Amino acid sequence: MNLKAPYIRIVVIGALICLLPLFLSSFYMHIAVLVLIWAFLACAWNIIGGYAGQHSLGNGLYMGIGAYAVAFLLDRFNMTPWLGLVVAIALSAGAAAFIGWIVFRYALKGAYFALVTIALTEAAVYVVSNIPALGGAGGMQMEYHGNSLYYMQFAGQNGYFFMGVLLVVFILLLTQWYRRKRFFYQLIAVRENEDAAEALGVDTVKAKIKANVMSGVLCAVGGVFYAQYFLYVGPRSVFGEVVSVQILIYAIVGGLGTTWGPVVGAVLLVPLSEITRAQLGNSYPGSQLLLYGGVMVLTMLFMPFGIMGLAERLHQRWQHRSTTQVVDSQGGEAS
Amino acid sequence: MNLNFSGPVLSQAVISGVMLGGLFALISIGLTLIWGVMKIINFAQGEFLMVALYLAFFLVSWGHIDPYITILVTVPFMFFFGIGIFRATISPILKDPVMNQIMLTLGVSLILQNLALMLFSANVQSVNTRYSSWNIHIGSVVISGPQLIAFIGAILCTLALWYFLKTTDPGRAIRASAQNPSAATLMGIDVPRTYLLAFGLGSATLGLAGSLMIPFYYASPTVGVFLGLIMFIVVVLGGMGNLMGCFVGGLIIGLAETVGAAVLPGSLARVFTFAIFILFLLFRPQGVLTKRQT
Repeated sequence: MNLKAPYIRIVVIGALICLLPLFLSSFYMHIAVLVLIWAFLACAWNIIGGYAGQHSLGNGLYMGIGAYAVAFLLDRFNMTPWLGLVVAIALSAGAAAFIGWIVFRYALKGAYFALVTIALTEAAVYVVSNIPALGGAGGMQMEYHGNSLYYMQFAGQNGYFFMGVLLVVFILLLTQWYRRKRFFYQLIAVRENEDAAEALGVDTVKAKIKANVMSGVLCAVGGVFYAQYFLYVGPRSVFGEVVSVQILIYAIVGGLGTTWGPVVGAVLLVPLSEITRAQLGNSYPGSQLLLYGGVMVLTMLFMPFGIMGLAERLHQRWQHRSTTQVVDSQGGEAS
Repeated sequence: MNLNFSGPVLSQAVISGVMLGGLFALISIGLTLIWGVMKIINFAQGEFLMVALYLAFFLVSWGHIDPYITILVTVPFMFFFGIGIFRATISPILKDPVMNQIMLTLGVSLILQNLALMLFSANVQSVNTRYSSWNIHIGSVVISGPQLIAFIGAILCTLALWYFLKTTDPGRAIRASAQNPSAATLMGIDVPRTYLLAFGLGSATLGLAGSLMIPFYYASPTVGVFLGLIMFIVVVLGGMGNLMGCFVGGLIIGLAETVGAAVLPGSLARVFTFAIFILFLLFRPQGVLTKRQT
């Protein structure tokens, strides 16, 4: 098989997606930008949750760090978000490394890991709500500078859309590239059987910390993008359990530990939920989260590997069957 | 930062903390049984409590039933509610990886929360009963009567469940099924039925909690989010499946919340609670009362 094919596929699909602004109205362009934001965040979560199998329920923490870092630096020091992005990456890398080091050194996993990450992201909500410099519970409104690359701001959605496409293409290429690397094989080994991986000489703690940092930094980048698009950050909109769960729903429905899964999940669910919100949101608040809950339950009951996971398994079975048929017919000839 | 260490405030905070701790213990008993003993993870446990609170609220405010009599309705209702949810969602994936259970029950919690939001709006609903303003004064310290009843309810419920698990046949069946399902099956225990019973009981205790809480608490769609997290924290602090530990864990978190609120500004007390939880998980994951297994 051509090893370059997956990369070419990602770039070609990304290029084709760039034609969308020609066809979509501004309402649908808004949805498209949201799809890209959540697809990127879900891809970022997929590294720790999907490949390493450590289901963090608190990646909102890193998203929030990224979003608040750019918002604060822009608000206080009029600093360009590009520099803010660097600060966001540094802060989230530090936080993810520290948290990963503590949590994985003490071998917290499964439900305990999930609970610690929830506790951390919820604690962040209360900490941020009590810091007046960060806008307290009300959050921070960011100043709008019009179409300005220096301020990473665009008039209308198209600029954000292209930025989002670039980000998602980047994270897909990154994941695809790492899939063939030792690091991701280590992560998958940790996910499948941690003791066996350890016995085979994988430094499981180090691998998990690295995955946490990678996932956290990318979530912070997603948070920066989120803040730049909405020009508002609030404690509950970027930190907290609800955001953290939303990040992982797309990855789970799309397929954990697959390159395209989180994107597929976001492409299916975000428009569905946004249209539900637009249609029913006023008369039935919460209808889109109800939908997410239902989708999550049904996925776990009938399709625990998600859409791409299911597709991969069907594909493998089909391939397996065709190879066994070949073997059978050869065997028949020989005898 | 304005720290407040004055004596009366602190003694009131300690008493309120003990009362709140009793409440936290009461809501966590069910999770001790289903997570601590049976190792079933239910992230919707907080939302079960929300259902119980709404049920108690409507019985009291519309049905004009005495809150403590609503126990006769809420407890059986929550028992069958829990069994229904268990059969429909959790039981089919009981053998799947732990994370699938977490995701599934998170989905259930999203459904319940947002159904409540759609049906009852985001408003906080509380009802004024004749017990609501009943206060007991001891010196300068005030104890709320209904909270004291909830505290006593927590003690009685803990003792009853402990007695049930230790001495009765179904209780022994629950412990046996949790310890070794296949051996329990060989001993003639209907393991799936035992799981159902345990889950139903864990849910029924929340019915009791809902009725005991409604005179001084409130119902809202998101009431279970924080209380659900508290339940998990209390069960970890108490040591998985340790009923007496669960009570102590409740007291620790209750005190952390009220003393923290008296000492720290704003809602920072919550951070204190989460910090205690994380420190416990790291340094004493076996809980306060359980001895470390070597």
